[in-house]
Amino acid sequence: MVETGHFALVLAFALSLVQMLVPLVGARTGNQRLMAVGGPVTVTGFALTALSFAALASAYAGSDFSVANVWENSHSLQPMIYKITGTWGNHEGSMLLWVLILTFFGALVAVFGNNLPATLKANVLAVQGMIGAAFFLFILTTSNPFIRLNPAPVEGRDLNPVLQDLGLAIHPPLLYLGYVGFSVCFSFSVAALIEGRIDASWARWVRPWTLVAWMFLTGGIAMGSYWAYYELGWGGFWFWDPVENASFMPWLAGTALLHSAIVMEKRSALKIWTLLLAILTFSLSLLGTFLVRSGVLTSVHAFATDPARGVFILCILTLFIGGSLALFALRASSLTAGGLFHPISREGALVLNNLFLTTATATVLVGTLYPLALEALTGGKISVGAPFFDLTFGPLMLPLLAIVPFGPLLAWKRGDVIAASQRLMAAFAIAIAAMLVTGLFINGASVFAALGVGLAVWLVAGALTDLAVKSGAGSVAPAVMLRRFAGLPRSVFGTALAHLGLGVTLLGIVGTLCFGTERILTMRPGETVELSGHTLRFEGLFPQRGPNFTEDRARFLLIGADGNAKGEISSAKRFFQARQTATTESGIRTLGLSQLYLSLGDEGNDGSVVVRLWWKPLVTLIWGGGLVMMAGAAMSLADRRLRVGAPARRRKPAAALTSPT
Amino acid sequence: MTRKQKRLSVIVAGLAFLAAAAGLTFYALGQKASYFYMPAELATASVPPGQRIRLGGLVENGTVVRGSGATVAFSVTDTQKSVKVTYTGILPDLFREGQGVITEGAFGPDGVFVADSVLAKHDERYMPKEVADGLKAKGVWVESKSQ
Repeated sequence: MVETGHFALVLAFALSLVQMLVPLVGARTGNQRLMAVGGPVTVTGFALTALSFAALASAYAGSDFSVANVWENSHSLQPMIYKITGTWGNHEGSMLLWVLILTFFGALVAVFGNNLPATLKANVLAVQGMIGAAFFLFILTTSNPFIRLNPAPVEGRDLNPVLQDLGLAIHPPLLYLGYVGFSVCFSFSVAALIEGRIDASWARWVRPWTLVAWMFLTGGIAMGSYWAYYELGWGGFWFWDPVENASFMPWLAGTALLHSAIVMEKRSALKIWTLLLAILTFSLSLLGTFLVRSGVLTSVHAFATDPARGVFILCILTLFIGGSLALFALRASSLTAGGLFHPISREGALVLNNLFLTTATATVLVGTLYPLALEALTGGKISVGAPFFDLTFGPLMLPLLAIVPFGPLLAWKRGDVIAASQRLMAAFAIAIAAMLVTGLFINGASVFAALGVGLAVWLVAGALTDLAVKSGAGSVAPAVMLRRFAGLPRSVFGTALAHLGLGVTLLGIVGTLCFGTERILTMRPGETVELSGHTLRFEGLFPQRGPNFTEDRARFLLIGADGNAKGEISSAKRFFQARQTATTESGIRTLGLSQLYLSLGDEGNDGSVVVRLWWKPLVTLIWGGGLVMMAGAAMSLADRRLRVGAPARRRKPAAALTSPT
Repeated sequence: MTRKQKRLSVIVAGLAFLAAAAGLTFYALGQKASYFYMPAELATASVPPGQRIRLGGLVENGTVVRGSGATVAFSVTDTQKSVKVTYTGILPDLFREGQGVITEGAFGPDGVFVADSVLAKHDERYMPKEVADGLKAKGVWVESKSQ
């Protein structure tokens, strides 16, 4: 089975070479037969990669320690779920997952891209083939997961304990679906450059892919953030760690792309910019892969460091980013320029959005790469953390968030800020009220906290206002309004949900950062501690055995106002035999939207233990907002206009609005 | 406005915006980035009390003292010089004597380094890269045994 997987991987590499050459030549020479090769080859390549991945996963599931990769990252006593997720909990396996998703997206284009012009489809598949070929070669030469060991060891060395968590089942696949999803946008851009032709329909094809990638990337980042929050035991949800930034940069650029693609689709403007953004977004994904996988950064994600890998990925990076930008420089001037628009308009607002988002991306990029560059050039070692990003990223985001509600309320071509402001009066009043209530009635609220709450409420209320205005609130009878509401295009709901989710996340961040409390203390069994109105009693430490670890579990009872126990929180120190490694399992209890978070420190000789306790108000909203944003993207994807083969492609927007049935 | 003027105004606005962001970035890099030092380097570099730095090295054997509550005192050494550090909070699971750590914080007026974060890496075989590089440069690097 393992050799089958290895062989399938080599075959998939060979097919990716065919995929990158034959359709390209076909498109160049206008040969229909050569172009038609692209589809079946892409689908077969995906099937082979899937077979290869399945072979590795089954080796993991069956604890086949004759495979070096399995031996290094698995253990026969691990629960089955961690055996399987361990497949991608290491460098080689995660790269295999990367190409699996890449070929999956290629196959989707091949299968669902029948309404694409033949040459465009052929070129897109060829570019996908190029990316695939580069990464297949990378895996086969530097990161082969199928290397055998002889003699086979009896027992594996266990998966890194930090990764033995359900988060590993969700976070990497989601993140990769996002990262790699942008490869399709990249391929479309390069294909358009190769053809030297780009029109509004191009944007209509690219937008759903951007939405899909953005949706998964949002979920992947949110999930990664929650995982780090509960697993690392530091109580933080975002550390501005270079690895986090590596996923955040494509998200910011992808968000900009999402918005500029709307302008291109609706108004045929910003064509060249959209194309460039698509290239940059995937370039940032590649950069992220490089930063995480090359070992230049040290983190949980850098599994093993091998200089050959870093150099190889750097070559891929240079080739694709350099190549696509060179092609862009050569061809962009030959593309027809877009239409005109007034600065005060929906387009203008979206341009402003792009300006903020790309600049913010640039500041994150500088903050992430500057320490690396400095070390390479001068040997000086610095760390750029939260204080840097608070000062650079923060000031860019705040004005952007403040103007978000205006965007959807401005008309295309020529908008009216005054009219939009009037419609937003109610939302503004609610936001001000929320700000005053926070500032005046909540103890210990700073000016910043009040402003933050106000801004978050402004975003939520603004998103709801958008829906209300578009349903005709205030001007038509409630029954008509309800009918109009139901008939609104799904993309309108998508926009409103995404913006609302942003507000929800912001509320969670402000709540946690400004109203959170924490205590560090030593406790003996029977002692109680009080934090922000919650009383906890330490019951003691209880030793337990897990499948491949032993642990000391500290039990705490949450005591209600009447003195009775309301529930239990427990945190544990785990010790994994195979790796001789200890981890801390934090104890979390969700109360409404907030959480009590408890982390265990060292044990004293007298049965006392160091306890760090946090009260995190509204913290769940941080990730809840991410889910709402994902729902927004899904809603937008379901829009008729973006559905594959939707017959309404050429219908005028006005007609679509008045006859939703 | 003609097409050209319009495009120009967009570009000028964009550039002004970028310039502002760039200015802010450079200011922040100068003010908010914290430099990494090993104990021996602190003798030559003058780090005023209160300036945030990162201090890396090995936790010196026999120096870890758990005080009252959650405060811990220990020394960080690069085998040539050592620096006294105090930290209040939960030490990472991999923190122990002889292991590499990176602490972040600032010197107090009494010359004791007050750390507000202590990092030891997740993998047992692993030493923070800055610390490993620093020890290699000083010629006191010992290849880890488990590799």
